[in-house]
Amino acid sequence: MDTFLQQIINGLTLGSIYALVALGYTMVYGILGLINFAHGEVVMIGALTALAVIKPLAGAGLPGPLALLAGAAVAILVCMALGFAIERVAYRPLRHAPRLAPLITAIGVSMVLQQLAMIIWGRNYHSFPALLPATPRELGGAQITDLQIMIVVVAILMMAGLALLVNRTRLGRAMRATAENPEIAGLMGVDANHIIALTFVIGSALAAVAGVMVSANYGIAHYNMGFILGLKAFTAAVLGGIGNLAGAMFGGILLGLIEALGAGYIGDLTGGFLGSDYQDVFAFFVLIVVLIFRPSGLMGEKVSERA
Amino acid sequence: MKLTSLALSVSSALVLIACSKEAPPPASPPVTAAPPPLVVKLGHAAPLTGPQAHLGKDNENGAWLAIADANARKPRIGGRDVIFELLSEDDQADPKQGTLVAQKFVDAKVNGVIGHLNSGTTIPASKIYADAGLPQVSPSATNPQYTLQGFKTAFRVMANDVQQGKVLGEYAAKQLGAKTIAIIDDKSAYGEGLAKEFKKAAEAAGVKIVAEEHTDDKAVDFAAILTKVKSKKPDLLFYGGMDAQGGPMAAQMKKLGVKAKFLMGDGGCTAEFPKLAGDAAEGHYCSLPGVPLDKMPGGTAFRDRYKAKYNADIQLYAPYVYDAVMVIVDAMKRADSVEPARYLAELPKTAYDGVTSKISFDDKGDIKDGAVTLYQFRSGNKEPLETIGAAPVAAPAKPAEKK
Repeated sequence: MDTFLQQIINGLTLGSIYALVALGYTMVYGILGLINFAHGEVVMIGALTALAVIKPLAGAGLPGPLALLAGAAVAILVCMALGFAIERVAYRPLRHAPRLAPLITAIGVSMVLQQLAMIIWGRNYHSFPALLPATPRELGGAQITDLQIMIVVVAILMMAGLALLVNRTRLGRAMRATAENPEIAGLMGVDANHIIALTFVIGSALAAVAGVMVSANYGIAHYNMGFILGLKAFTAAVLGGIGNLAGAMFGGILLGLIEALGAGYIGDLTGGFLGSDYQDVFAFFVLIVVLIFRPSGLMGEKVSERA
Repeated sequence: MKLTSLALSVSSALVLIACSKEAPPPASPPVTAAPPPLVVKLGHAAPLTGPQAHLGKDNENGAWLAIADANARKPRIGGRDVIFELLSEDDQADPKQGTLVAQKFVDAKVNGVIGHLNSGTTIPASKIYADAGLPQVSPSATNPQYTLQGFKTAFRVMANDVQQGKVLGEYAAKQLGAKTIAIIDDKSAYGEGLAKEFKKAAEAAGVKIVAEEHTDDKAVDFAAILTKVKSKKPDLLFYGGMDAQGGPMAAQMKKLGVKAKFLMGDGGCTAEFPKLAGDAAEGHYCSLPGVPLDKMPGGTAFRDRYKAKYNADIQLYAPYVYDAVMVIVDAMKRADSVEPARYLAELPKTAYDGVTSKISFDDKGDIKDGAVTLYQFRSGNKEPLETIGAAPVAAPAKPAEKK
């Protein structure tokens, strides 16, 4: 039983990380109908920037949580600027181009960012200092660290904050209007360019937070870390219904749980015929089944309306 | 003035191209002065991007160091001055990319190949080199299959996984006293191959394998499989894979409260591993083919020179790469020819005093008397425990069955 509980905790942590990144995908998609494949790379830049700030600070004897906050703050600012620049350079000129064109520039931006990070930070793996106490707490026979609790809480807070922003503020209303129809929103006095730029800036801030959380949890940062993470988070966003904030959260956690339980139990359930290496196969199998019955994802009504 | 020198270099380049193809043709310019030096290109392939880029760069550094040394000795081969050049390519640790790089080397008419780093890239590429008759010396591909394909062009300067896996399995059972063992591998040709040999040796020594799990060489989250491993309560966990996964895996073991000892092969025996694992590295074990750098004939000198040149610590295979280059250069000298077809015949007769050990090959192209050394991580450093099988394990027990 404690093994099962532990797997649930593993899945929740992994899922919250996916959810944090998936929120960025889903926000941009919700407004622009664009899949920002460079989002995973923004997460990576966030992690490495935070690391560059945290290392000297922690070295100078600043308490861990403070150093973590300072690193996250700088990472958020850098990523916001980066998000703004990406939108300006790679997406705005293609706003009225066929849908596939921005997709290709997105992949291009992703490659450029990866290479840039490799030039700046090198090819080595960077170890992320342990800033929060790493001694796990006992919870019904399972182990959970403070950081894991924090990741889940931050993911939920971020999603709630975003939902409030989108549904309750003037900015949110402008965002929703732009999502429905940028031209008409413009006629109503909404500056669509401004709103879209802001969407990227907010999404990139989320990516920075996700990057810091990921590297703090796994104690590792690398210029290549954004790719697989971005892919999984994108999957999570699709699973939950891309464009829907609660869907991204739900999809992320569901994907995390499927992977953890898949890796933990596939071997036993199939009598060793399929091993833990099938965890991804299992996860994508679930994705396919969901998409067959609900093509717009588990919570994705809004998208079908748009399309 | 500029023009004439340009014209000269163009014509000499033409001569060079012609030279590296065939026997020296009658040179058209007046041959009163010594002929221009012959440029000999050696190909080097390793992942220079991606998760193993730090190891690939380390390999490349080792190769550059060897090229610089070989040139500093002003070699004369076949009555000509020779300049060695390195053509370094990124194979991304990807078998597909590895074969593309191999084809590129063949098309570029390199005179020999050092590489690749991974077994997964080395094995498919070796067929292309064999077809082209191009000698290949891998510094670090340890999967037994590489030299079992019957290619006359394939050599390696590191003990293979049959030797390493056997030592690891027996060491886990006897010296570390493990009765139950869990095995994780990264599904790569190297990781899975080593895990298989390890399992065979451990089971032969009476150990019970309680879990066999898999991950991949890009993963960072191992919580789920480690939780499963924990429920089986093994005495020891063996991971067949690289440091980029092994480090975080050790850290996550600690977080999850997995009490087992942790053992890895050469892929985890790096300077990077304790950095990535943090204090969770303490007391874990790993093995490295060959003897410790301090005990290598030219080990300490090599480490100092590497540090001076690159201002970095050796990650892992750089000394082996250095030797791999030198083995090729040595064979060229003995054959008095840089032609692959000519010096290939000399490679099996190699008896070279390298940085890592005395290098000579058995009839398959594997290094003879490949030793394996076990290390333990203590306060962030790997300390050699003991070296096994320097001389007696000479004949590799039995070749692994072909897949």
